Amino acid sequence: MIAALLRRDLSKFFPFAGGGAALPVVFFVAVAMLYPFAVGPDANTLSRTGGGVVWIAALLAAILPLEKLVSQDIELGTFDQLRLRGVTEEVMMAVRLLAHWLSFGPPLMLATFPAAALLALDGPTLHLLLLGLLAGTPGLAAIGLMIAALTASLRAGAALSGLMLMPLALPILIFGAGALARQDSASIGFVAAISLLLVAIAPFAAGAAIRAAREV
Amino acid sequence: MQAQLSATNLACRRGDRLLFRKLSFALNAGEALHLTGANGTGKTTLIRALAGLTTPFAGEVARTAEIGLLDERPALDPDLPLGKALAFWQRVDGCSDPSGALAVLGLEPLLEVPVRYLSTGQRKRAGLAALLNRGVPVWLLDEPLSGLDVAAIGQVTALIQTHVSGGGIALIASHQALAIEGLRSLALEDFAPKVEPA
Repeated sequence: MIAALLRRDLSKFFPFAGGGAALPVVFFVAVAMLYPFAVGPDANTLSRTGGGVVWIAALLAAILPLEKLVSQDIELGTFDQLRLRGVTEEVMMAVRLLAHWLSFGPPLMLATFPAAALLALDGPTLHLLLLGLLAGTPGLAAIGLMIAALTASLRAGAALSGLMLMPLALPILIFGAGALARQDSASIGFVAAISLLLVAIAPFAAGAAIRAAREV
Repeated sequence: MQAQLSATNLACRRGDRLLFRKLSFALNAGEALHLTGANGTGKTTLIRALAGLTTPFAGEVARTAEIGLLDERPALDPDLPLGKALAFWQRVDGCSDPSGALAVLGLEPLLEVPVRYLSTGQRKRAGLAALLNRGVPVWLLDEPLSGLDVAAIGQVTALIQTHVSGGGIALIASHQALAIEGLRSLALEDFAPKVEPA
């Protein structure tokens, strides 16, 4: 049952599985590519500020998949049919969270390599960046899932979710990008702690939001 | 255990509006109920409350068996071919041989067609195939005949008849007349709240 759910969710959201799921990764690389054009090709400036740009690109890329993440399955009645089969909303959302992270976290980390080359980032910075993204993207995925579930039944949900994600993702951004400025991996521990908390809450919050959306 | 579905003193509302109240009925194995009522009287709301998807405003619902629901949303991925979209539910339900349901409902020629290209009636038949493959004793059918052609109406009615004769329970909300043996009928208008004079 869980395996069937995960397989379906992954086939819907994984990049290059079709349905425009590769867009966040393409967007992420595009931001890294445009940045040197905007600030000039000076390697010093780029390597000093590039890490932060990668973080902002990751944050923005996390917003892109939110539109379809939950609302489509509410409209299709998938969650209702699963509920009738005894699957709780919490399990549905936990599986969705895993699929969502798998389809945007690791691909984004892979895309960080070409992005680092474009931004002239050195080895230690790339190392911290990857570590930070590994710790931070689950948290971004969790925030995204909660927001997508909360705004699923609203008409302007898609635009709203982008606005809602940014302030909530601020702690992850501060500690994640802060690690780069100080070249210190300690604050990545904070990022991991925030992520852990968000991942633990997300299935319950999103599940409750889906139940509440039924009682209109 | 015998399949049973009953409602006691049920009241449901939509938004701030009370749709019906003091609704009670009991269905035992082998019984079918035809739910009638004009648009907006609460047929779908009642069915969703019976399925346990929403909490009724008052009263209780008792179920002793698994519930199958067919409504206007067949829960099939629009981008997938019908065969693959149905295969997901077969995996979830652990159904090993879906061919019987597909043949009865005439879906075999459509398996390669993406769900978004299917007509309303074809989608309805696909939803019914998923329901058949589950093999659950209680069927809640919300407008199962809407969008179906004459031949398909006959097939679906026969399927419901077979299900009920085999000891299943069916509750059918429909505006159309149903040719099913021993079909009881329940008009939701009878349970609408009295309108108080202004």
